[in-house]
Amino acid sequence: MVTKCQVSLDPAVCEMYEKARRLGVETAWDRYQAMLPQCGFGETGLCCRHCLQGPCRIDPFGNGPKRGICGVDADVMVARGLDRAIAAGSSGHSGHARHLAHTLKKAIAGVAPDYRIKDRAKLHAVAKRMGIPTENRSDEEIALDIANAALADFGERETPSLWASRVLPEVRQKRLAEQHLLPHGIDYEIADIMHRTHYGADADPVNLLTAGLRCAMGDLAGCYMGTDLSDILFGTPRPVATEANLGVLKADAVNVAVHGHNPVLSEVIVAMAREMEQEARAAGATGINVVGICCTGNEVMMRHGIPAATHSVSQEMALITGAVDVVVVDYQCIMPSIVNVAECMGTTVVTTQEITKIPGAVHVPFREETATEDARKILRLAIENFTRRQGRPVDIPNHKYPVVAGFSVEAIVRALSKLNPEDPLQPLIDQIAAGNIRGVCLFAGCNNIKVPQDQNFIAIARRLLKENVLVVSTGCGAGALMRHGFMDPAKVDEFCGDGLKSVLYAIGEANGLGGPLPPTLHLGSCVDNSRAVALAAAVAEKLGVDMDKLPVVASAAEAMAEKAVAIGAWAVTLGLPTHVGVTMPVTGGPLVTKVLTEKVREITGGYFIVETDPEAAAKKLLAAIDERRAALGLSVPGGVRA
Amino acid sequence: MRRKEIFVLADRCMGCHSCELACATAHTSDRNLHAAVLRGERPFAYLWVDRFGTQNLPTVCRHCLKAPCVEACPTGAMHKRPDTTTVCDHSQCIGCWMCTFACPFGACSRGDGQVLKCDRACLDEEGVPACVRACPTGALLWMTVEEFAAERRKPKRRAAAVAG
Repeated sequence: MVTKCQVSLDPAVCEMYEKARRLGVETAWDRYQAMLPQCGFGETGLCCRHCLQGPCRIDPFGNGPKRGICGVDADVMVARGLDRAIAAGSSGHSGHARHLAHTLKKAIAGVAPDYRIKDRAKLHAVAKRMGIPTENRSDEEIALDIANAALADFGERETPSLWASRVLPEVRQKRLAEQHLLPHGIDYEIADIMHRTHYGADADPVNLLTAGLRCAMGDLAGCYMGTDLSDILFGTPRPVATEANLGVLKADAVNVAVHGHNPVLSEVIVAMAREMEQEARAAGATGINVVGICCTGNEVMMRHGIPAATHSVSQEMALITGAVDVVVVDYQCIMPSIVNVAECMGTTVVTTQEITKIPGAVHVPFREETATEDARKILRLAIENFTRRQGRPVDIPNHKYPVVAGFSVEAIVRALSKLNPEDPLQPLIDQIAAGNIRGVCLFAGCNNIKVPQDQNFIAIARRLLKENVLVVSTGCGAGALMRHGFMDPAKVDEFCGDGLKSVLYAIGEANGLGGPLPPTLHLGSCVDNSRAVALAAAVAEKLGVDMDKLPVVASAAEAMAEKAVAIGAWAVTLGLPTHVGVTMPVTGGPLVTKVLTEKVREITGGYFIVETDPEAAAKKLLAAIDERRAALGLSVPGGVRA
Repeated sequence: MRRKEIFVLADRCMGCHSCELACATAHTSDRNLHAAVLRGERPFAYLWVDRFGTQNLPTVCRHCLKAPCVEACPTGAMHKRPDTTTVCDHSQCIGCWMCTFACPFGACSRGDGQVLKCDRACLDEEGVPACVRACPTGALLWMTVEEFAAERRKPKRRAAAVAG
């Protein structure tokens, strides 16, 4: 089997890619080749289709049209496009959060018996943060207030959305309020973007970008709310040992892949799979093997140790094994093509949500009220499919890595408290000050077909870990790292510099793990980027500095989705130097490009670093970390650079 | 093998101007669109997509074997390379526009004060011109005369051409 290929660094993906080619099954990489070369106007953001007079295209080289028909110039055109991407991303994360808020309400009302308040500590912590009274009140009363407060964060408000403001240090709240960057309602800001980017509205590129960043802060609210409500309903993650990559599929088990984002679905699938083991055995299987794809995989991995099959751009490859009996999806990042691959490979794709139907899939409407019943129906489909699959050969790549996942902030603080029970964050701060931790980098975002899968993540992570940067990760960025051993504690010696190594060992040993923490910490799904914010905010508050002073950076090294654009925009708004490893469709607007990569720093302290070369990106991220260390008066390896 | 030419199937042109942008990009110092834009390079496209009524029409130099532009050029700037492509030596171009005057297609225009025309300096590693590579609908074809003629002889294509 070929374990190296052009399209991915992942040997399991390469094996399946070769198999797909052999079988003549079309994959995303085939479609990408057919799409090349891609339109330069679109690539530079200089194509506008916002009105029926268009499409208008502005010549990025300045020799053809310089303005659209309505008169917008290049900067306005790209700013409008970027704003709409942010709005779309925000609607995704916040839609996910709203779904959870409704689920929580149904659970409290007793109409969704399969859901309950699982984590009281988190419930009370969230209530306290949001100013919701808890004394002499039942959990249900508190939870109802939280759910209602969450839903009230969507419409137009007189005060900033709670989940975009109260989650930040006061100094940052104040700064963002002064710059009109706090959202007054998640849906309100999304609608505001649609309004101001409509024909003949906002034509000031800087004003457009300000609104875009404010909308992105609405995305943060959605993400943070998603994390909070998931933790309340399903438990706050604790470290858990599991595995990742296609080798987690089992030829002799009923393989069910949960794919998409929201634990509202995948949690029940996981629970019911355990209940239906016997039924699977009766059908001749060794059991039901639930595996994850993309972010819902992250959700159930960190709460139940469900192994991850694959992520993002290689989702079709899970089906190419021929071993997946059912892929059950909710929404976001589901490539509709999986239905075609499924047809070739004998898999059944099950859609469950009204907003994500795919012709060719079986649609089982999943309702919280009838969750176990719906899940049972889906799992029966899987068992039936397993029966049909028996006797057919499958190709499960023999590649997987051990993974220790599930580092919620609560879990990190708990681990640190073994070093200092009174003041758990102090050891972290001490290690940063001493230089054993040079800084922190959040790896987030997706894979992007334009980059050989995982190449940028792996190259940058290798370099940063050697330079003693603590790496935390979410979403399919976390997926990339886990499929290459970067969450395997046994790999700490290989990957990490001496300073970081000593810290990971010290925490691991203080917690009785008999070894170190894994080289990189898995924070969860893409909404769980909020966990990185929570950690950074806690450290900033403890130090009494604003977030843009911390030696913390972010990298969406292979960003693809509009959600990643929104996350990147709020990371910059929170003051982080934020790397994007693919070119964003804004280069056609020179002013917009300059604002996003330089000028915005004067306003928020953060800025975008667009760098497609991973080695150069790692250097820039290190330089950004060192610049902040120097400003805090901390040592910088090799001395302060001018 | 005989030299390939750029053939135009105008009925397939959607007027997206991708060929123009790809041509201009191929004439930047590193053929990188984003990098060139950020550097402020301002290359020209050497072909044009015009619209006549409901018809989109890409126009690119035919590299005529007996090229009127070469015959009309008073300084010898416009000349034939050994491979029979027609190119302009800008160091000798005096900007008299006789080539523009002589060209029956309008394929010689003006750039930064000098003549602007297809120079085939855009071929990729497989020898395909940037405009052809960029065309999403196959309106631009890179074929030998024999290949294109053979295509045209096929009944379906011929009917379309006659009807067109």
